[in-house]
Amino acid sequence: MSEHDVLNPKEMPLNPEKATLEGKNKFIGFWFFLGGETVLFASLFGTYLALNGSTNGGSSSQELFGLELVFIMTMLLLTSSLTSVYAMYHMKNNDFKKMQIWLGITVALGLGFLGFEIYEFYHYIHHYEFTLRSSAFGSAFYTLVGFHGGHVVFGLSWIIALMIRNAKRGLNLYNAPKFYIASLYWHFIDVVWVFIFTVVYLMGVL
Amino acid sequence: MSTMVATNKRSFGSVLWDYLTTVDHKKIAILYLVAGGFFFIVGGLEAMAIRWQLVTPMNDFVSAGLYNELITMHGTKMIFLAAMPLIFAFMNAVVPLQIGARDVAFPFLNSLGFWLFLFGGIMLNVGWITGGAADAGWTAYAPLSTTSPGEGVDYYVLGLQISGAGTLIGGINFLVTIVNMRAPGMTYMRMPLFTWTAFVASALILFAFPALTVGLFLMMFDRLFGSGFFDPNMGGNSVIWQHLFWIFGHPEVYILALPAFGIFSEIIATFSRKRLFGYSAMVFATVLIGFLGFMVWAHHMFTVGMGPAANSIFAVATMAIAIPTGIKIFNWLFTLWGGNIQINTAMLWSLGFIPTFTLGGMTGVMVAAASADYQFHDSYFVVAHFHYVIVGGVVFALFAATHYWWPKMFGKILNETLGKITFWFFFIGFHMTFFIQHFLGLMGMPRRYWVYKEGQGLDLGNAISTAGAFLMAIGTIVLLYNVIITSVKGEKVGGDPWGARTLEWAIPSPPPFYNFKQLPLVRGLDPLWIEKTEGRDGMTPAEPIGDIHMPNNSFLPFIMSLGFFIAGFGFIYQKYDLAWLSLVFIGMGIALGSMLMRSVKDDLGYHIHKEDLVKEAKE
Repeated sequence: MSEHDVLNPKEMPLNPEKATLEGKNKFIGFWFFLGGETVLFASLFGTYLALNGSTNGGSSSQELFGLELVFIMTMLLLTSSLTSVYAMYHMKNNDFKKMQIWLGITVALGLGFLGFEIYEFYHYIHHYEFTLRSSAFGSAFYTLVGFHGGHVVFGLSWIIALMIRNAKRGLNLYNAPKFYIASLYWHFIDVVWVFIFTVVYLMGVL
Repeated sequence: MSTMVATNKRSFGSVLWDYLTTVDHKKIAILYLVAGGFFFIVGGLEAMAIRWQLVTPMNDFVSAGLYNELITMHGTKMIFLAAMPLIFAFMNAVVPLQIGARDVAFPFLNSLGFWLFLFGGIMLNVGWITGGAADAGWTAYAPLSTTSPGEGVDYYVLGLQISGAGTLIGGINFLVTIVNMRAPGMTYMRMPLFTWTAFVASALILFAFPALTVGLFLMMFDRLFGSGFFDPNMGGNSVIWQHLFWIFGHPEVYILALPAFGIFSEIIATFSRKRLFGYSAMVFATVLIGFLGFMVWAHHMFTVGMGPAANSIFAVATMAIAIPTGIKIFNWLFTLWGGNIQINTAMLWSLGFIPTFTLGGMTGVMVAAASADYQFHDSYFVVAHFHYVIVGGVVFALFAATHYWWPKMFGKILNETLGKITFWFFFIGFHMTFFIQHFLGLMGMPRRYWVYKEGQGLDLGNAISTAGAFLMAIGTIVLLYNVIITSVKGEKVGGDPWGARTLEWAIPSPPPFYNFKQLPLVRGLDPLWIEKTEGRDGMTPAEPIGDIHMPNNSFLPFIMSLGFFIAGFGFIYQKYDLAWLSLVFIGMGIALGSMLMRSVKDDLGYHIHKEDLVKEAKE
């Protein structure tokens, strides 16, 4: 049996992302990677909590943060996590078209989130002169939230690349694990945001 | 496949290209061994310069500034660029064979991990030629590091960032390999102890390195982009660096030490002709050390002023590590007890290790006592302590592993006479160099000072210490000579020259590139030994001969790492002139572009066909 037949079975298995050894390896390897990412963000959160009062005479979190914008951003990202679940649901049903559609919605929501975040940063920099260099609080804020934003950019590029690359050939056992771990990554980004929303913004306006 | 019969002489270019693109864990092991060995020698030369500076009072062999660069680069290099990659060399060479796998889980990432490490290592050393290497100590405490002029510390930050990414990738790779790729019958509690320690060390890498990643990012932002994490003038706090560094740094000690324990466990069992005593207790102790390793980071910071409560908690947690470590020491002794002991070079290193490491552990408990540590802190007592642990534990293990696994990696046994000469020179030299440093420290000699004054009772001790360093250097040179002479003249040996117990010895030396023609059926701990005691030659296969799936070679890991390397220069020099940012775009473009290429280009690998395997067996 050639590689092509192995990866394109007549009937897709129930969990196409874990049907091959490569898929299983990617699945568990990516979970391990997310474990490392957790430590990465935990370190950033720890640093932020140590420095969030060090405003150096500049703007404090109470003056800066408004919950309206952040609420919209949170809703966008939470919804995008849900739509990526729908995409994976359709992947498991071997319905490539619907998977692409839901991934497309996920990307659109992610882009919306990103747009608001860029606006937010722009707003802080130009109206409050609150920058990476203005205070230790500023350094910690932009690094923590910026690292998350960087993850969003990477995740979006990743999902878009997978969608375009596989648009014509559909789903097989070679690319199913790729879609699956990209969606895992997207969930992780969402979970981190929940913590940012709580620790940075909710605790920041109190 | 045509590559299977390509045993005739090949041109230098094709060999070079093969190694630049290889994804074979055995070849990557050799790359790690060569690169790590090179950095070990350079780091050793730096150590010799340090000792020569201290041979007499008020010596002027090197300037104060150069001395700072030497101690910084010696420490950083030995930990990150020598010990870690040499451990990785043996993990790569041995772990897949010990669990009966044909390769690691992610062969491409394995290669990427190596090239990231190498380019990061080179970056770390670029400072030497651009007017000053890093000079803030291997711990790079802020604000000394954030205010250090020039680009030395920038190279430290970017170099460690790149090579750290490689290490993290390697750690994940081994975790997945050990979880998913074990041969039929190889349950967790049948895994050789070296595989177990590699497994726990990989878990430590996974959870410890991201803290360093963050620390390095914060320092990079402070130094290059004007942020204020560690700058009190902006409300920053320099102790944050110390926490992040040691949250990584203490597990790092066990990342190095645990595989060393695994190496000794293999060697002592093999040459005592006995099953390892207390195997399950050894596994338990390994996991426990790994766990406790994360609970003790602040014992490096007793004098920072964390208060008596924090100091006491971390002191007690630290002393608790002596318990699982003690379990290990006794288990090695009981393995030896009543064994049919054969003393060769690998075994000499193991026997030398037990008392040496015990001494290091004992001083470890001493410095763990927080109140006493106020006296020991930043003195030569601490220098002596961690050299007893890292050299007496890790470097001895690396020498032992070199002798033990050399025949498996290269098909030849290193010369035993030369090996024993190396051992005695290095062993005696080591104790001469570092034992006396305990007393120098107690007499008040601080670490990291480039001179000491006459008439303070430090002259003789320092002279003895330097003399010992020369003995170690001689031992190392003899080992290099041994490697060359063995490669030229050594006789080929079979698959199992030591009469060993574990799976890697069940296949030819060096192993074929697909490792196992048929995956072996594992029926217990020490699977090869079980087969031998039942009168069989080798392992019972668990599958009929069939097609073997192999990964393709790739040049992308090299290109990707090169991209990050180029971007690193851009990040550093943009602090003088923003035009350098173009290098960031070029470098990141290369790196991200190759990642995209890896994603969109299918890499399905190839098959070795059953007929070729059968034909090869007949030849």
